[in-house]
Amino acid sequence: MTQIAWIIPLLPLAAFVLVIFWGERLPGRGAFVSIAGIVLAALAGLAVLGDVLGGAHADPTYTWAVVGRRLLTVGFVVDPLSAVMLAMVGVVASLITIYSVGYMAGDARYTRFFAYFSLFQFSMLFLVLADNFLFMYMAFELVGLCSYLLIGFWFERPKAARAALKAFITTRVGDFSMMIGLLLLYLHVGSLRFTDIFRAIELGGFGGPMLTTAALLVLGGAIGKSAQIPLHVWLPDAMEGPTPVSALIHAATMVAAGVYLVARTYPLFFLSQSHEALTVVAYIGGITALFAATLGLVEDDIKRVLAYSTMSQLGYMMLGLGVLGYSAGMFHLITHAFFKALLFLAAGSVITAVATNDMKQMGGLARIMPVTFWTFLAGTLALTGIPPFAGFFSKDAILLAAWTQDKLLWALGACGVFLTSLYMGRVIWYAFAGQYRGAGAAQPGGPGTGAPAAHAARSGHDAPALHESPAIMTTPLVILAVFAVFLGWLGSETIGNPFARFVHFPGVEAPPQNLWLLLVSILIAVAGWVAAGAVYLWRIVPSDSLRRSFGPVYTLLLHKYYIDDLYAWVFLRLGAVVVWLAGAFDQYVVDGLVNLTGWLSRQLGLGLRYLQTGREETYLLLVFLGVVIIVLVRLAW
Amino acid sequence: MVTLTHYLVLSAILFALGLFAVVTRRNGVAILMGIELMLNAANVNLVAFNKFTAPQALQGQIFALIVITLAACEAAVGLALVLAAYRSLETIYVDQINLMKW
Amino acid sequence: MSGEALAFWVLAVITLGSGVVVVTSHNIVHSAVALVPAFLGVTGLYVLLNAEFVAVIQVLIYAGAITVLILFVIMLTEGGTGLRVPQRNEQGAVGAAVALAMAALLSTVALRATWGIGTRTLVYTPGDIGQSFLGPNLLVFEGTSIVLLVSLIGAIIIARKED
Repeated sequence: MTQIAWIIPLLPLAAFVLVIFWGERLPGRGAFVSIAGIVLAALAGLAVLGDVLGGAHADPTYTWAVVGRRLLTVGFVVDPLSAVMLAMVGVVASLITIYSVGYMAGDARYTRFFAYFSLFQFSMLFLVLADNFLFMYMAFELVGLCSYLLIGFWFERPKAARAALKAFITTRVGDFSMMIGLLLLYLHVGSLRFTDIFRAIELGGFGGPMLTTAALLVLGGAIGKSAQIPLHVWLPDAMEGPTPVSALIHAATMVAAGVYLVARTYPLFFLSQSHEALTVVAYIGGITALFAATLGLVEDDIKRVLAYSTMSQLGYMMLGLGVLGYSAGMFHLITHAFFKALLFLAAGSVITAVATNDMKQMGGLARIMPVTFWTFLAGTLALTGIPPFAGFFSKDAILLAAWTQDKLLWALGACGVFLTSLYMGRVIWYAFAGQYRGAGAAQPGGPGTGAPAAHAARSGHDAPALHESPAIMTTPLVILAVFAVFLGWLGSETIGNPFARFVHFPGVEAPPQNLWLLLVSILIAVAGWVAAGAVYLWRIVPSDSLRRSFGPVYTLLLHKYYIDDLYAWVFLRLGAVVVWLAGAFDQYVVDGLVNLTGWLSRQLGLGLRYLQTGREETYLLLVFLGVVIIVLVRLAW
Repeated sequence: MVTLTHYLVLSAILFALGLFAVVTRRNGVAILMGIELMLNAANVNLVAFNKFTAPQALQGQIFALIVITLAACEAAVGLALVLAAYRSLETIYVDQINLMKW
Repeated sequence: MSGEALAFWVLAVITLGSGVVVVTSHNIVHSAVALVPAFLGVTGLYVLLNAEFVAVIQVLIYAGAITVLILFVIMLTEGGTGLRVPQRNEQGAVGAAVALAMAALLSTVALRATWGIGTRTLVYTPGDIGQSFLGPNLLVFEGTSIVLLVSLIGAIIIARKED
């Protein structure tokens, strides 16, 4: 299976082609074809994973073109890293696609949604299998395109259209940086294949500041795609897209592509002088982790809280990779994919029921939507790092690596842990506990009755009884919850950490276990929960008074540290200057040249008209003048 | 000692004066006067060359006599033209005679 | 300075001085009258050049007929009113420059070239000129007379009053 692993991305691609052209006539209006495409890809991915677990490996290359004396080669790579990614992407995407059948029911462009979804799945799988920078870059652009198409899926809403553009342009900035980096590498190494580049670095042909520069430029692409500071501004706005999109693209897969890129090109960072590139990665990750967590505290939109949470967790992954916790960072990526997808899908379930994203209008949903509640809770416990859920193992591995490398980074991570529990606890208490505060009647309902009722709830009339979502939506939730609960054991030291033994970077050893650290992390997480409960559940310290006493801080957070405003001001001003320059250039230089030729012709005419005055005295003068000139010329020569 | 060059330079200056009159004056009759000066200058040239470089023949003087005769004819006709122009166009200033101009 | 040289310079001054008056005077009658000393100066030059017959003809025709003709026409047209009208057209400056250049060029040519100066002295009588006209130069003579006839007829026809 590994030798023909390149078929895996082609399955959803085929689904895309079928659905986009003949979708309406296909079974399920295209949804079933799309699901078939990804499920088959997922099964194949699991098969590949099994093969690689047994020791298989593949890295074939095909000559694509001959340019002069250079060969352009392309190929794909199947190793433990790409195998786990294949499996994860396949499984998570399958579950989300199945969920979408329920969520997108009744949408006007239902078929096109699944077409785009399949296209994205193809792009992501293609990205995972890439063995050279060319394919990686292509895949980056493709996922960016699909992200744009899907964020702006409801393009009639101006906010969505703008958000799509913002996402695309911001990630484009990162992609541009990556392109410069890969050009640099090509210039120095002569090949874009990862293995060729790594070998060149190991042999010492390429090092020092140039290597660090190339590594940081490539990191730029990762920063854009994974919404790290300073290119993070697009992710919260990307929540304008449908919730399955947020779940798949902006939680589990596309944003993980940045982290995957760093992992895939790890030698670039690892072999840079005194790991300085790695330090940059770690600090960017650590700062983003804390920064995003602070912003998640003040959001009232449930999806935006989850978006900031994603940003924060991606920061943790980067941090993990940066402190030589290669396996820890990747493990967190895998576990995060499952429980964040779960959280988003559950949030989507909630949004479908109450027809709003605003948590202030929710409440008491634990009784009304039990399946959603318990799965959401499972995801939250995983996210906040409460043992024995999945996030605990992965996040603590990262914190352990941070403690051994740089205490400051550990401190950033630890604060982040506290805040994560705080804001997630807030979400739980706001949305699920207490009394329902919204427009619909708060009545306990039976199991979901299907799409039409969800419709009515979305239309915003006096809602009939609020109820749980249909099975097609809740089943994926349950499956994901199972992963969220049990997947973590794969990275546990108690059974020898099979994940780290499978996915690891040669030369990077996991630090020894530190039980005190483990306990401290657990305590911090629990403390966060307790604090959340104190403010939001038991109202010991009402949130209003907190808001008043931390007034300026609150305003700062509410405006997202004014970064969006800063970017707008700088780039709009710059843009205006450039526009003015271009306009002035066009008006004065280009038009000026044209006008100059006209003016010159006119002046020439004004001068030459004296040759033809129609008066003989002028002609006579010209005759004698001509004689004088001819003789002078003859004398002079 | 007066040599050929004296006469040549003199005739050159006289010719230039006549040229100036032809090119610059507005009155038709004044232009004709300039022409007469030019013709005289040419005549002086001819006779001077005859005396200094070809004294064995008298072509120069013959030529000069013919030129004088023709100058007289041309002056007659030219002045007749000026009169005719004055009668029909009411002016003898050549820069005002532009009926045929676009 | 020899007598010939003195004569030459005097005659030169007379000729050129009146030439200047001819071409620059604002009064056209002054210009016409100044023609006379110009022609007489040229006459003197002819005498210096041993061309007596030509000198006489010059006085007869130029200083006599042509000058009078010019004065007639001036009086018959508006030039004789003596009104103050600008006499020079707008290309005065360029014209002066061209004339000056012309004089300079011709003088330069005259001064630089080596003329083959002959050795014999020129002595001719009017009889010799007459013999020449009826002998080797007969064609020119006859032709000139035809031209005279034509121009005579032409001048009469052109200047005739239309009745």
